[in-house]
Amino acid sequence: MLLRLGLLINGAAAALLLTPVVRYLLAPARKQAMRSDQAWVTLGPLEQFPEGQTRLATFTNPFRHPWDGETADIPCWVRHIRGNQFQVFAINCAHLGCPVRWFAQSALFLCPCHGGVYYEDGSLAGGPPPRGLWQYRHKIERGALVILAGRLPTLSESARRECPPAGSSCA
Amino acid sequence: MSPCGVVVRLIRALGAWLDRRLQLADTIREVARHRVPRSTASWFYVFGSVTFVLFLLQIVTGVVLAFSYVPSAAEAWNSLQTLNHDEPGGWFLRAVHGWGSTFMVALVLIHMVQVFLFGAFKYPRELTWMTGVLLLLLTLGMAFTGQVLRFDQDAYWGLGIGASIMGRVPLVGARLVHLLLGGPIIAGDTLSHFFSLHVFIVPGLLLALAGLHVLMVLTLGINEWPMPGRLVTRDRYLHDYEELVQKDGIPFVPDAFQRDLVAAGLAVLAVLGCAALFGPFGPSGPPNPTIIQTTPRPDFFFLWLYAALSLLPRNLETPLLLTAPVIGIGVLFVLPLLSGFGEKSWRRRPLAVLTVLLVGVSFAALTRLGQTTPWSPVANAWSGAPVPARYLEGRSPLERQGALVLQNKQCRNCHALDSMGGRRGPALDEVASRLTVDELIRQVLQGGGNMPAYGKNLSPPEVTALVSFLETLRGDGLSPARNPAEAALPPSAASPGRNAASPGR
Repeated sequence: MLLRLGLLINGAAAALLLTPVVRYLLAPARKQAMRSDQAWVTLGPLEQFPEGQTRLATFTNPFRHPWDGETADIPCWVRHIRGNQFQVFAINCAHLGCPVRWFAQSALFLCPCHGGVYYEDGSLAGGPPPRGLWQYRHKIERGALVILAGRLPTLSESARRECPPAGSSCA
Repeated sequence: MSPCGVVVRLIRALGAWLDRRLQLADTIREVARHRVPRSTASWFYVFGSVTFVLFLLQIVTGVVLAFSYVPSAAEAWNSLQTLNHDEPGGWFLRAVHGWGSTFMVALVLIHMVQVFLFGAFKYPRELTWMTGVLLLLLTLGMAFTGQVLRFDQDAYWGLGIGASIMGRVPLVGARLVHLLLGGPIIAGDTLSHFFSLHVFIVPGLLLALAGLHVLMVLTLGINEWPMPGRLVTRDRYLHDYEELVQKDGIPFVPDAFQRDLVAAGLAVLAVLGCAALFGPFGPSGPPNPTIIQTTPRPDFFFLWLYAALSLLPRNLETPLLLTAPVIGIGVLFVLPLLSGFGEKSWRRRPLAVLTVLLVGVSFAALTRLGQTTPWSPVANAWSGAPVPARYLEGRSPLERQGALVLQNKQCRNCHALDSMGGRRGPALDEVASRLTVDELIRQVLQGGGNMPAYGKNLSPPEVTALVSFLETLRGDGLSPARNPAEAALPPSAASPGRNAASPGR
């Protein structure tokens, strides 16, 4: 009788302890956390991005912690097509997330890891990536380029909610 | 009585006092003297205990390193620099921990191959093998999480690779990425997660399972040297083993144990030697993602995977990435259930030997490829290596202009010339003996076979110049490529003027 009571009490204690532990461990993957993991951040004034050029820009992770250190600074590629037309590409190769580099002369993005290649509009040119470069949603606010950022783009979750194929404006 | 005798008596008395309370001496004596088959006193049987000793070495060095390491994304890299340069002997301890991990993974694999070839996974030791498979996975888990704790550039982008693989899982991919990174992006929480994994969770599991593994070796007895033709059967084996141990057994300590002792000592000395000679692993550049002039590479034991990821066909990549590990580990895990009886000796198991050879050669080849990475563009080849002068001698101005286009458009990031440049695409030294003019133009404009199309990026005069230069690259004594269809056609119908446009060379 007492044994059963003991098992019951300990079972209840275990459940009361485990529930918050499991909730705590799964917190990063909760729907609520995943829905609000992006915010608008500025890349700086438009003058930094001359027309017809593609330049590296950096922004600070909108959800940074003081202990993030240098990892809070995230790079991205900004392509100023003309006028108010921009494309903002994630730095991460769509293959395995390595940082792609822009080669202005050949007008290509090359990935140093497995040789993924993308055209200047971010579309896939060759190599193993399954798709073109991810693009951030962007808008122009008071003379500055602003993007919606905060998450690492992966194949199951792009840098922004999906929009039409690369090349067309998506602001 | 001499002072020496007094000390000995005191130690004996202390030992007796302790054992009256602990009551462990009998158990230890029993374990040490338990009989094992004479055939197991062999150098082939030392790998398991050597792995265990290396694990202890990892625990000791890891605990000591944790005195200085700061598990914070902002400070981890700096604390490693301090360990390397300021703490007395810090670099050496880091080196021992790093080399210890390399040796440990290697020995786990060697141990596994030996056990597999000796049929030691068969009845009644199936569960010992299964825990061994888990121990292999945990060891690899330690290697990966340890590489993350180094928190340098390679660690940062290595996490990106891990997240990208997770992101390919259907339905729950996004959630897995968030769980792996401890949030939506690689940041402070990521390192804290991996610290907890590397320092508490995985080693805890490793210690518990290793204990179970060794306990089973003790209770079931160590596998006897397999004799061809002596089959394992459920009704005979235990009885036969018992008989073998009684008739032709030796006490584990010291007869069998002495080899383990020597091998373990040599292994630790080898780790210390490598550490002293080659020093610690990294850290490479700081974990600053805005420094993109980096070529991330995983540690040695993951290079094969890194290479495989570049060689898989695009449409097979995700299915293989997600199913191959599950199938591979699954096969390893159920192996003793599928093949738990019968022949043990490798001499009568050609398939087992072939499997080991095939897997070994594949891993070695992939690792070698992972070190040379022929698929990676060489980002500075175009600026670092000018077109060799002998490729310009006797060329017309147009052809030399073409050489300039080749240089400026960074073709050599992917194509080698005079064995300088990338190996993503074919070397161009003899390209004109493989491709006709038409094929060259088409390839430049439209790309294909992994080459981007340069139609939009080159002006028509640039294309003309480039192709006329490429046409001169025929190697020594090779004839230019011909369109086989042209030979079959009457001369007037063959593409006119092509040969005239490129004066014979």
